[in-house]
Parts: sequence; structure tokens; C-alpha cells
Amino acid sequence: MLANWPLLSLLVWLPMLSGVLVLLLAGRSSQMARWLSLIASLAIFLLSLPLAFGFDATQSAMQFVERYPWVPSFHVEYFLGVDGISMPLVLLTTFTTVLVVLAGWDVIEEKTAQYMAAFLIMEGMMIGTFAALDAIQFYFFFEGMLIPMYLVIGIWGGPRRVYATLKFFLYTFFGSVFMLIALIYMYFQADSFSILDFHKLPLNMTEQIFIFLAFLIAFAVKIPMWPVHTWLPDAHVEAPTGGSVILAAIMLKMGGYGLIRFSLPITPDASHVLDAFMIFLSLVAIVYIGFVALVQSDMKKLVAYSSISHMGFVTLGMFVVFMIMANPVGEGGAALALEGAMIQMVSHGFISAAMFLAIGVMYDRLHSREISAYGGVVNSMPIFAGFVVLFAMANVGLPGTSGFVGEFMVILASYKANFWIALTAALTLIIGAAYTLWMVKRVIFGEARHAEVSSMPDLNAREMIIMFSLAFFVILLGVWPDPLANVMHATIDNLVQHIAQSKL
Amino acid sequence: METIYLWIALAPLIGSIIAGLFGRQIGRVGAQSATITGVAISFVLALYAFKVHVLDGGEVFNGTVYTWLASDLFTFNIGFLIDNLTAVMMVIVTSVSLMVHIYTIGYMAHDEELWPETSRARAGGYQRFFSYISLFTFSMLMLVMSNNFLQLFFGWEAVGLVSYLLIGFYMNRESAIYANLKAFIVNRVGDFGFLLGIAAILVYTGSMDYHEVFKQASQLAGIQVELIPGIEWSLISVICILLFIGAMGKSAQIPLHVWLPDSMEGPTPISALIHAATMVTAGIFMVARMSPMYELSEAALSFIMLIGAITAFSMGLLGIVANDIKRVVAFSTLSQLGYMTVALGASAYSAAIFHLMTHAFFKALLFLAAGSVIIAMHHEQDIRKMGGLRKFMPITFWTSMIGALALIGFPGFSGFFSKDAIIESVHASSLPGADFAYWLVLLGVFVTAFYTFRMIFLVFFGKERMDKHTREHLHESPWVVTVPLVLLSIPAVMIGWVAIEPMLFGDLFKDIIVVKPSHDVLAQVGSHFHGAWSFVLHGLMSPAVWLAAAGVLLAWLTTMQFPVVAQQAEQRFSWLSRLLKNGFGFDAFNTIVFEKGSLGLGRGLWKWSDLKLIDGFMVNGTAQSVGRLADVSRLMQTGFMYHYAFVMIFSVLAIMTWVLFF
Repeated sequence: MLANWPLLSLLVWLPMLSGVLVLLLAGRSSQMARWLSLIASLAIFLLSLPLAFGFDATQSAMQFVERYPWVPSFHVEYFLGVDGISMPLVLLTTFTTVLVVLAGWDVIEEKTAQYMAAFLIMEGMMIGTFAALDAIQFYFFFEGMLIPMYLVIGIWGGPRRVYATLKFFLYTFFGSVFMLIALIYMYFQADSFSILDFHKLPLNMTEQIFIFLAFLIAFAVKIPMWPVHTWLPDAHVEAPTGGSVILAAIMLKMGGYGLIRFSLPITPDASHVLDAFMIFLSLVAIVYIGFVALVQSDMKKLVAYSSISHMGFVTLGMFVVFMIMANPVGEGGAALALEGAMIQMVSHGFISAAMFLAIGVMYDRLHSREISAYGGVVNSMPIFAGFVVLFAMANVGLPGTSGFVGEFMVILASYKANFWIALTAALTLIIGAAYTLWMVKRVIFGEARHAEVSSMPDLNAREMIIMFSLAFFVILLGVWPDPLANVMHATIDNLVQHIAQSKL
Repeated sequence: METIYLWIALAPLIGSIIAGLFGRQIGRVGAQSATITGVAISFVLALYAFKVHVLDGGEVFNGTVYTWLASDLFTFNIGFLIDNLTAVMMVIVTSVSLMVHIYTIGYMAHDEELWPETSRARAGGYQRFFSYISLFTFSMLMLVMSNNFLQLFFGWEAVGLVSYLLIGFYMNRESAIYANLKAFIVNRVGDFGFLLGIAAILVYTGSMDYHEVFKQASQLAGIQVELIPGIEWSLISVICILLFIGAMGKSAQIPLHVWLPDSMEGPTPISALIHAATMVTAGIFMVARMSPMYELSEAALSFIMLIGAITAFSMGLLGIVANDIKRVVAFSTLSQLGYMTVALGASAYSAAIFHLMTHAFFKALLFLAAGSVIIAMHHEQDIRKMGGLRKFMPITFWTSMIGALALIGFPGFSGFFSKDAIIESVHASSLPGADFAYWLVLLGVFVTAFYTFRMIFLVFFGKERMDKHTREHLHESPWVVTVPLVLLSIPAVMIGWVAIEPMLFGDLFKDIIVVKPSHDVLAQVGSHFHGAWSFVLHGLMSPAVWLAAAGVLLAWLTTMQFPVVAQQAEQRFSWLSRLLKNGFGFDAFNTIVFEKGSLGLGRGLWKWSDLKLIDGFMVNGTAQSVGRLADVSRLMQTGFMYHYAFVMIFSVLAIMTWVLFF
């Protein structure tokens, strides 16, 4: 029955519609806004499940496709579909939105309806970004989601929110302008805005380099890659918990998704030529940012930097493939790297969400993000402390948690490209452990030195549900990542074959 | 059989989950029953597996449990390899673990006294502890039962996690949470090498499965790699050394040993289980398991032998100046791990495993006995404040004596057999560095005997130096404590007699531990072997026994007869004593170079590069330039009509000039 439904359209428009409904119906009553949003986000999450169960993992073609003309004079289409790369990210989005609604439950007391509506509208935009196969549609959603996020940080954010929102907006907007130019250029070449047509579009090296760089500026800002990362810590610090969660868990993935959906297949030769540059930037992110994370005194900043460092594995996995394919020793490795990058994205979605939610739990009680304001939290919140240690270990990449899988795959694969790349990337084992666990030591362990810390109540039922559901996925993905990887095989294999072939 | 293997691993895990998640509901008794039942099931089944494989010569089991991940051309499985080596390890792990579980009931009975009263973490401490040690048992079993490198790494890191949790068990103590962070990070340095070694294996063999990799090992030996342009290395040496770096972290070899002395912050039962008997020997087990690979690299073997010998001797020296009862035992553990490592380097893998086994029993015994002393002393751990405990705690005393005699290699005790075999093997080895290693391990025997009996004399003999209150309350520990001590003393005495022949000279590890004929030092030692009795008699003539006797004698003289001499010696050689008390300065070096260095680097990158260069100059700089440009261009928008008219006319003139004349 569900197979005939326009599932993707529903997943894109239903959240936006519910957002508008929440605004209209529950503008006055916070309680109603909460319940409405929770019901809507849960329904959307349930509705996204058939994507996973109905997904045919054996084929690499787009599935659940919906395609209609939209602006025929410019060949703009309404074109939605998912493959093994985007489907898991759609599910990640619907899942995370439920958590965000729950996380803002008692915390957001003013303008609750607007807050919830912003996240629901954002959810629709984000799903749209992952599911869009028409470039204009993609651009529309990609840019559109900035607005609700801008509002979330600007209205419910911290004291320096104006600076942060401006930086966030200008940075990301600046990036995507170049992408628009590239898209329009390709439209004139292909006479179509279909991303799939772009994949097949023959382009010479000069064109590829320019297009690659245009995309890179847009996506590198989103991921964010060093050195265009400085907006992220500021945005995180000022954003409310829900904003941080969406930012870290989903929005950063837009960048990685863009690289794998646009840059690699459309400009394979440019990606190949510039791969050393990209690997260099990724390794800088992993090591340099790790050291920077070490000295942060603000928990949110620390986790923000840790996010950048972890996203380094995503870009590393994506661009190390060319060197892997060039290496005559043994077979395979390219798909391992790409799947590793994808799994790292999904896993980072869970872990970063968990870390920010955990910080939010403490912030709600003490209204401070400073590490030095805490210490000995375990004495008052033992259950919470247990969850934090688990998520910290996942952040450290401990085997058995999701954080291990992607990093492990990328490090293994990059050894095939070059020993020193693998060695540099593997430094995260040490640095990541140092900054994460040192924070845990200073925040969670130790004696409760501040009286306020001793009186913090442990997790309530709502927070327990959030933490538990994240813990469930973090462990499940760590103990048995095969089902997730299985979804991607066909798509990734197809991609590897595609980029192995020069367009020149 | 597969179901049985699965239960060996899973039973402790289930116990751990029950105690961990429902500890508050089921209470202390519930938690201890659940976990002890789990471990007991595991122990009984491990004995059965031992019978099937070792005694009845059952076939090797090598099978997959489930596919963890299949990606690209690679498959990563979770699976078991059960052969004689695994069977022996399983029995060691589960038996020591069971003893420690039972002992814990007594040791942790008054756990809540060690927590601040206001702490809400205080209530579930007892259950949490049981949950952790059962989780450890599961992880350790997964490690030894693995048939592939992925699961090995899983177990490797999982035991590290539990070690982290247990060292920092008393989360309120600054020293404990410093020690557990240190332990985790130092171990991560080792794991860093280990992971790269695994990556190399996957890249060159395409497999994670032990047997598949071993099959291709000889091809790996033929490959030369240039990691630094211009310098060629044999690939197998690179892999072996990378893997061994992992072992150096976990088995605490110099210079990655620094975490182990500090790990004594954890409660004593886990010092016995994790930091003496099982986890720290994971590195030894790993190298022995990988013998088909290590045999192909003499460079790696020599490296291992040297690291081991230096650790064995120098860490023993540190034991001499330690005054904390647990730290003395910890240094002796470091030193004994060095002995095992030396044996690995000399290709006497079986001797290393043999010493691993005897050490597991006698060192667990010594630690648990030390714990018994600590309870009696109301958590006073300074041996200078003890003395004369012999009369108050006879069972603890006699079992400690057994442990100590086994440790120093007193003829007939289990440690004698294994240590003597190692020394003889190193003597017979012809690898580069073997002579040097031989002298170090030989001198190490003297040192071992000296510090061990210095501790025994100070704790159990002589005057009672504790305060009056403690002395009045001195008494033997409850049966849950003493029974494990007695049970552990049995193998500490006996196991050498029984096991030496099959393990070292028989075919217990045939086809599992592979030794090249030219490296086969144990065969040379074995050519003089005519049964355990003659081995003991032969041992009486060897220098090692006399060195041990001299060590005990010196300990007696300096602690019992002429303590003044010891004090004077310490004053005379104060520089030496300082050097030893500071552990050769490793900690200071790490603090200055790595800890401060990393923080300085991070601060520098953040302040200068991120904030000043990127944010200050590039980002805000651009914004400011735009602003300045706007300031300038704003000047043009004056709003006066005659300004605009003037610009228009002037422009028209300029354009006309351009068009007409150029």
C-alpha cells in the first residue's frame, strides 16, 4: 500500500505543513504546540521507516522517484528520489527532529510554537535537500533551511547571537552563491537541471576545475573544512540546544552529501587532480582541530571543534579513493573508504546530537557551558554520567560504538593510499581520547566543588528517553553496522565505477 | 560446541548487564549472584572446552558467529578460534575472574565508606563494581577467543575501557581520575600502532582472519616497503613492530609502562584481575598467537627482546624503593611482564605463555593477599607502617609467602619453572641482543627477590608499627577473602610441576605456536629435560637460584637486622634513590613534553591561527574591508544635485575624449 504513496513528497511537505499548522493553531498555547509538534515529528519519523524497509539494496538506481515538470520553460523539474547515500540521511533527519522536539519541551517557554515550527519547517527543507534530484530544487532547499536556522539562533540564542547568526549566514550564503553559478553553467551545457544528467555531462578539465572549486566553497563551508570552519564554534555556542543538535547532526552532513552527490561524480577528473589538496585539508582538520579542541574551556566549543575533526574523516574517505585506485597492491579499498565516510556521517549524527543534548541537559540545570563551572556531576547525576561516558567513548571511537566504524574503515582504506596518511589520521585515536576524556574528567568526575552542581537533579523521564534512544543506535551501529553498509553497497559500487572513468 | 563457546563469552556479559542496569532494583546480593553465576557458568564451560581440546585432543574450532561488516571486497567477522592456546587462556581468565568475583564480596563489603556521603553515586557502587568486572571478563574472553584481528582489536579496546572505568572507580578522587585518563591515553598510543599494523595486514592480505593471514605471512616477508623514501624495510617487520607497539601499551613495556603503577588507584580486586593476571598479559598472548608472523622477522624479535629485558630489570629496581604495598606488587608485575616479553623475543613463545599462566595465579594471589592486608589495615597501604601481621593474619601470611616464593622463583614453586625456562631460553638464543638480555634477566632475579622479601619482611615480620587503634582491630579477613587466597595458592605451587612438560616440551601448542628450527631455543633447553624433578635439581645449580637467595638474604639484612644500613645507603646514594622514586623521570618527561606540549600547541593554533589569522584577518578582515569600502563609496552619495550633475558632465566629457582621440 505504502509503495504507491508519494513518500518523499510527504516527507518533504508534511513537516512544513505541520510547521505552519503549529504556528496557526498553537500560537497561544505552548503546551499544544509541544504536543502537536511531537505528534507531527513522530508521524513523520514513522512515515520515513518504509523508506528503509521498502528500499531495494541490490540496485544503484534512484528509488521512490517522483518526477514532474515544474518550470518547463527552464527545464526545471520536481524531481525527488533516494539512493543508498541519501536514504540513511533522510532517516537520520526524521529521527533527530523527534529528539529536538523533545529536547525543547520544557526548556523553551517563550514563543514555543514558533520554535517548534522552525524545526519542523527545517526538517522538510533538509529532507528536501537530501531527496532533491533537480539542481534548482536542491538549491532552493539547501538555501531555504538557512532561514529557520538563522531564526532559531537569532531568537532563542545566547548573548552573542547577533554576531554568530550574521557570521553563520554570510559564511554559508557566500559559499552557495558560487554553487548557483556552477549549476546555471551546467544547465546551459546539459539543457537540464537534473543532477543525474549532470553526472553524465562531459566537461573538460578547466570547466571541471572551476565547477569543482565552486562546489567546494559551498560544501567546505557547510562541513566545515579547515580553514572555513570558524563560523561553527560561534554558531554552536550561541545556538539553543535544539539548534546545535540539528546543526551538528544534519546540517554539516549537507556538505559531505554535496561532495559525494555533486563534486565526485560531476567533476571526477578535477577531484582526482585536486585530491592531494583535499586530503591535506582533511588531515589538517583531524589533527590541528583536535589540538584546538583540547584547549577549549567551553563545552560546546569543544564538541564543535571535535565535530570538525570528525568530519575530517568524511572528506578524507571521499578523496582518498583516487590514490587507493592508483595503488597496484591488492584489490579494493575505494568503496571501503567511501562507505566509511558515509557511515562516519551517520554515526556522527548520533554522537554529536548526543553530546550536544548532554551539554543541554547540564545547561538547563546550571546555565553555564564552562567546563570549570562543573566538576563532580556524577555525584548528583549518576545515571546521566553513565550516558555521558558512553557517548564520550563513542566520540573517542571505541569499538562497539558507532564512532569506531567509520574511522576504522577510513583509516584502513587510507593505509592503502599511503602509510603516512593513515598514520596522520590515526593520530585521532590519541588526540580524540585526550580532549574528550579530559573534558569528562573535569566535568563529570571529581568532587562536586560547587554547591549548585551537588543539587542538580538526575535525568527526568523525557531526558531518559532521549538519551536512551541515542544510546541504542550508537551501540547498535557499533555492534552490527552491516545492515547500514548493506544499504549503500550498490550505490557506492556504482559511484566508484563512475569516478574511475575519466570524463576527458 | 559452538553454542558452548558462545555461552562462555556471553554468560559474564549477561551477568554484567543485569548487575549494571538493574543493580538498584536487585540490590547487592542480586548483583553478586547474577555476575558470579555468569562467571561460574563460563568457568565450568571453559573447563569442559579445556577437556575437549587439551585432554581429549579435540579438533580445532574456527568459525564465524556473525558478519560484523562486509564492505568492498573485505569481510569483517566476529568469530571464534578455539584451540589449545585459547582453551588454556580461557581457563586462566575465568578461574582468576571467578576467584576475584568471590573475593570482591568481602573486599567491597564496606565500599560505601569510601564515598562522600552526599554522593548519589555511592549507593550503587557495589553493584557497579560487579558489573564492571563481569564486563571485563566478557571482553577478555572475546579477545582470547577471537579468530580475527578485528575482534582482537574489539576485545583489546574493550578491556581498556573497563580498565579505565575501574581505575577511576572512586570518581571523587583526583588521583584516581588522573590515573584512569592517563591509562587510557597511554594505551591509545599503543593502539595507534596496533591499528596501523592491522591496516597493513588488511591492505596486503585482504583478510582479517588469522589463518588466512598466517597462510600469506611468508609472502609478506618477501615484500619490501619504503615508508621513508630511500630506506627499505621488510613489510613483515613493519607489521610485527606496529602490532608490538600495541602490546607495549597493553602489557606496559617501556616506555609505555607509565600507566600501570598509577593504575593501582583502582580497588585491589581489579589490580589482581586486570592489572596483573589477565588484561596486561593480552599483549603477550597476542604476540604468541601471531608467532607465525613474528618468526619471519628477526628485527622485530630482537626489538621485543631488548624492550622486554630493559623493562624486566629497570622496573624491578623501582620496586625496591616503593613503599606502597600495591605499588611494590605493581612494579613486580611490570618486571614479570618484561620477562614474558623477553621470552617472546627469544622465540620461546610457549615459555612466555607458561610464565603468563603461573604469573596469573601467583600474582593474583599476591594482589589479593595485599588487599586482605589493606582491609585489615583500614586502607593504609604504606608498608613502613605495617609489621608483624604474621600473628594476626595467618592465612593471609602463608598464602602471601607462597605467592612471594613463586614470584622469586624458589625451586619447586610454579614461578621457578617458568622463569628458569625463560632465562635458559634467552641464554640459548642467538639473536642480536640476546647476551645483553640474558644478563639483565639474570640480575633481575636478584632484584625481584630483594624487593619481594623486603615487602614480606616489612609487612609480616618485625615490630608492629601501625597506630594503636588499627592494631587493636587487626584480624584475619572473612572467608570470602581467604578462600580465594587458598584456592589460588594451589596452582601457585602446583601448576609448574604439571604443566612444564606438555607446555614447553610437549606438543600442546603444536601448529599453534610456530617456531623456526633455527630459533627453537626451547628445543635446546628441552634436550636436557628429563622430567620436572631433574629440572628442579638442575635449577639448584643454576646462578638464578643463588641470586634469588642472595636477594632474600639482603632483604633480611636491610629490613630486619640492620635497617640502619638501608637508611645510610639511601642517604649516601640519595641521587639514585631520587631517580628511582621518580621512576627514571618518565612521568616528568611526559608531563613536560607531551602534556604541556600538546596544550601549548593547541593554544597556539587556536589563538594565533584560528582567532587571529583566520577569524581576525580573513573573516572579520574581509567584513571590515567591505565596511570600509562602503564608507568610501558612501561619500559619493552626497544627495546634492549639483554634485551629480558635475559628475555626469565630467564623465560625458571624458568618454567623448576617449572615443574621439583614441
